[in-house]
Amino acid sequence: MTLALTLFTLIAISLGAIFFLAGTVGLLRFPDTLTRLHALTKADNLGLGLIVLGLLPQVDWPVGGLKLIAVWLVVLLAGATVGQLMAKAARSDAWNGSTDLEPPR
Amino acid sequence: MSSVTLFGLCGAALVGLGLYGLIVLPGALRRIIAFNLLGSGVFLLFGVIARRGGGVIAGTGSDPVPQALIITGLVVAFAATALAVALLRRLLQETGRDDWDEDERSDR
Amino acid sequence: MSAALIVDLGLTLLILGLGVWTVAARSNNGAVVGYIAYGLLVALVWVRLAAVDVALTEAAIGSGLTGLLLLGVATRLPRSARLTRPPTGLGTRLLAGFLSAAVAGGLAAVVLLLPDPAPTLAPSVAANLPATGLGNPVTGVLIAFRAIDTLLESVVLVFAIIGVWSLAPKDGWGERPGWLRPAPLGSALTLLAQLLPPIGILVGIHLFWTGATAPGGAFQGGAVLAAMWVLAMIAGLARPPAVSRRWLRLMLVAGPALFLTVGIAGIWLAGAFLAYPVAYAKPLILVIEAALTLSIAAALGLLLAGPPEHPSAAERQP
Repeated sequence: MTLALTLFTLIAISLGAIFFLAGTVGLLRFPDTLTRLHALTKADNLGLGLIVLGLLPQVDWPVGGLKLIAVWLVVLLAGATVGQLMAKAARSDAWNGSTDLEPPR
Repeated sequence: MSSVTLFGLCGAALVGLGLYGLIVLPGALRRIIAFNLLGSGVFLLFGVIARRGGGVIAGTGSDPVPQALIITGLVVAFAATALAVALLRRLLQETGRDDWDEDERSDR
Repeated sequence: MSAALIVDLGLTLLILGLGVWTVAARSNNGAVVGYIAYGLLVALVWVRLAAVDVALTEAAIGSGLTGLLLLGVATRLPRSARLTRPPTGLGTRLLAGFLSAAVAGGLAAVVLLLPDPAPTLAPSVAANLPATGLGNPVTGVLIAFRAIDTLLESVVLVFAIIGVWSLAPKDGWGERPGWLRPAPLGSALTLLAQLLPPIGILVGIHLFWTGATAPGGAFQGGAVLAAMWVLAMIAGLARPPAVSRRWLRLMLVAGPALFLTVGIAGIWLAGAFLAYPVAYAKPLILVIEAALTLSIAAALGLLLAGPPEHPSAAERQP
């Protein structure tokens, strides 16, 4: 039983790490702000979700487990909001004729 | 080499980096950031010394006295940064510039 | 080379890389964002150094609040002026680089030559901690063994507020602080500012309360409370209070004043300044910490809110 749980943890955390890696690659490779945000928020939501899922069997219940889930939910909320705000800022920049967040060189 | 020594060398390098930025960078904001970098390096050196002196109390692996000093230092550094930023914003309001240029002053 | 050392080496390289980035970045915004990420990574180093109390403080104050402060000014800097400014001369840069490298080298040598076994005060703290009734040695040092540092630090925060308020424009005195004007960013931010503060306030109080026995304490709790206040102000759900308000000033000095009063009473009750009578040590410490948490939250929030400004100053600013 313990072995199965450990295996579950390993698989879930590895999957989470792969999502983070994919999100980071997307952040570096995607062409504009909106697609980059898409990559980033996917990594946050799914990657962290899988890591939390994987850690759940390893902590004491109920306090430790509920704390982990609370962390995930707060990160979801913050990530979603920041994604919205940055997308909005990027779009208003686009209307001003520049999609680059850097100052003009 | 142990991890603790590694972080100590990192702290030393950060002090040098912050000092370089503080001297060389134009513009007050960048100097404020460099100053924070310097402080952060000093705190890391403290933390390394705390870690080396730790491991005595069950549940903590680090000497609590330097840790408390670092926490105090972080808060004071924030207060100093806030004051510096306030000065910079007032300078911007008054002159529209973010730096004090000696040459320009002598021209006036 | 063990796995832990490889991870730590990666962490160190990332931190040094970000440090170089904050110095070398062309744009001010880039440097500030780099500094925020840097602060979060340094918080990880504190966890690796078994200093979780410091990690919490670094993440909350060193990265979060400092980052907000720096971002606030970076977006207001004129773009043209900083790009046309000539860089520092090559000679100065070489000399500064040489001297900075010498300082860093000296410190590195000190790190490599640290005495073994390391001098430590941990055993004394462990021996005396039961007298305070606390379980977290760091809180014990902050509030009992080195109480004078913490007292002076809480006073420094009040001095910093006085300094920032002193920079108010002529017609601004007694008005509301002017830095945190609501940003026209729309409903997502409003929703966050409605949903997060109840959770955040709970977390802040939990951090203060748990600080007696586990990592946490007045500074970490106060920083989280301040962050929630600032979030509500940025979203426009709360206006910063006018600096002439008496309740605000009382809140700012409540922590240091209570700390000082108990400290002076200690001269008669326990035989020394800032000493606590052993029978009442734990309740006294909790009351001081509670008042400190409130004052620290108010001070950090007000430092982020800036000096008072006349309401019409918003239109005059670029």
